[in-house]
Amino acid sequence: MTHFSAMSLLKNAISGHKNWPEQWPDKQPKDEYDVIIVGAGGHGLGAAYYLAKEHGITNVAVIEKGWLGGGNTGRNTTIIRSNYLYDESARLFDHALDLWENLSTELNYNVMYSKRGVMMLAHNVHDVQSFQRHIHANRLNDVDNRWLTPKEAKAFCPPLNISPDARYPVMGAALQQRAGTARHDAVAWGYARAAAKRGVDIIQNCPVISIRRGADGAVEGVETGKGFIKARKVAVSAAGHTSVVMDSAGVRMPLESYPLQALVSEPIKPVFPCVVMSNTVHAYISQSDKGELVIGSGTDQYTSYSQRGGLPLIEHTVAAICEVFPIFNRMRMLRKWGGIVDVTPDRSAILGKTPVRGLYVNCGWGTGGFKATPGAAHTLAWTVAKDEPHPINAPFTLERFTTGRLIDEAAAAAVAH
Amino acid sequence: MLLIQCPYCDDALPELEFAYAGEAHIDRPQDPSALSDEEWRDFLFIRSNVKGVHAERWRHINGCGRFFNALRDTVSDRFVTSYKAGEPRPDTSGKEPAQ
Ligand SMILES: Cc1cc2nc3c(=O)[nH]c(=O)nc-3n(C[C@H](O)[C@H](O)[C@H](O)COP(=O)(O)OP(=O)(O)OC[C@H]3O[C@@H](n4cnc5c(N)ncnc54)[C@H](O)[C@@H]3O)c2cc1C
Ligand SMILES: [Zn+2]
Repeated sequence: MTHFSAMSLLKNAISGHKNWPEQWPDKQPKDEYDVIIVGAGGHGLGAAYYLAKEHGITNVAVIEKGWLGGGNTGRNTTIIRSNYLYDESARLFDHALDLWENLSTELNYNVMYSKRGVMMLAHNVHDVQSFQRHIHANRLNDVDNRWLTPKEAKAFCPPLNISPDARYPVMGAALQQRAGTARHDAVAWGYARAAAKRGVDIIQNCPVISIRRGADGAVEGVETGKGFIKARKVAVSAAGHTSVVMDSAGVRMPLESYPLQALVSEPIKPVFPCVVMSNTVHAYISQSDKGELVIGSGTDQYTSYSQRGGLPLIEHTVAAICEVFPIFNRMRMLRKWGGIVDVTPDRSAILGKTPVRGLYVNCGWGTGGFKATPGAAHTLAWTVAKDEPHPINAPFTLERFTTGRLIDEAAAAAVAH
Repeated sequence: MLLIQCPYCDDALPELEFAYAGEAHIDRPQDPSALSDEEWRDFLFIRSNVKGVHAERWRHINGCGRFFNALRDTVSDRFVTSYKAGEPRPDTSGKEPAQ
């Protein structure tokens, strides 16, 4: 595997970029692994990388039913931020943000993390109060977040319509300057390449059909499209399909899977300097480095595994974008798609051990888990390696739905990305 | 857009007229104070989230306003049937989802 550097780039440029070696080998499964990770999204691949790098566990397979990064990792709108209300969430997402800072160097792969700032618009008194509460809570947790007046918001994002007679008047905004975006595919590819380099097998086009448990109840391995593979530790990181995979191990999950859609416009010159979210009108927008406007909204109303979603939602989202940014009302949209997101009742993730020995789960990231990728992967690897919670993921248990100790970001934010 | 059959209006109407209301046939506990924490968890939070035919509640919110149940295939999003609230889940074994 070549190390990417100015030298290797130059060398390959001279030979017309025809001699780049493969980034990671396409593996067939061995009979047995120490750890199997179900799902090659950013979270699963990242966990494999940290297992190898930080815990010296390299006999690891990441098993993916499609192609790596083809799930929500490759479908999301890449908003990265950490200004969540509760202490538990702030710690987890800020841990991820710390890891994002150096990820490109660490992986020797440019994930294009861009701290362009994420601004959340307040359109009514309730928004103002709730965002200011977030800002105060964030400050106590040493998490970057500050209040902008409408004028300051407009200065930060010139296309914004702050006219007082707008359909959705802007009464202010919360700005996390340290937040931003990253290139989603590069995150999956970077982790895959770095994990493979350390000996992890990445097995694609191989669905995990069920998890096999022994007479003592503990995990024995997984039945897959390519036969049975033995492992005493299995970590499920299958996003929208988590309920299905966990059911096969006899663990019923507090999850519902919904379509979440996004769309992009034709590419245009740089016009939009940051990310803007509006929870109240259910729309958010940024501009990719390719020039496309990247637009998203809330989930469709019904549960589904169809990876599509319906047009009424797109219509609603685009209408809101045109109201808040009239400059875009003649833009043409290029394509739209959907992913399946796994939503928990409190809109916080489930990350840790399960009642089954040797079975771990990382799920429930719903509409907002891309930003958590390095943090979730890093603490999941710890939990799998040591068979105990990491201090940061410890509150995100499955048991909280029995004990009632919810981390209720649902009530705090109404929607979350 | 989904076309949804309201069993009260007896008509297939656009999704915009309806609000989804979660999994169907989850009965409220008869004797709440007798429930264990695990039973409360199951009632409040655990959902079947099936990949396949799902029994779910819908409300014809911009129409007759009534709740009803429907069976829908969550892979294709095609409805199999809808039926009135209070009726048992129809046996559709062997029946293909409607086209
Ligand atoms: C349209 C959209 C916009 C979003 N926007 C944002 C955003 O702006 N910011 C943000 O933070 N988050 C966002 N999200 C959420 C984010 O994408 C996810 O939370 C995150 O990417 C989840 O990563 P993952 O690695 O857990 O899941 P995935 O990338 O979905 O990986 C799970 C993998 O498991 C595989 N799998 C499933 N079942 C099996 C099986 N039985 N056997 C083998 N493999 C299996 C899947 O094929 C998939 O590749 C968005 C999501 C969508 C859909
Ligand atoms: Zn009706």
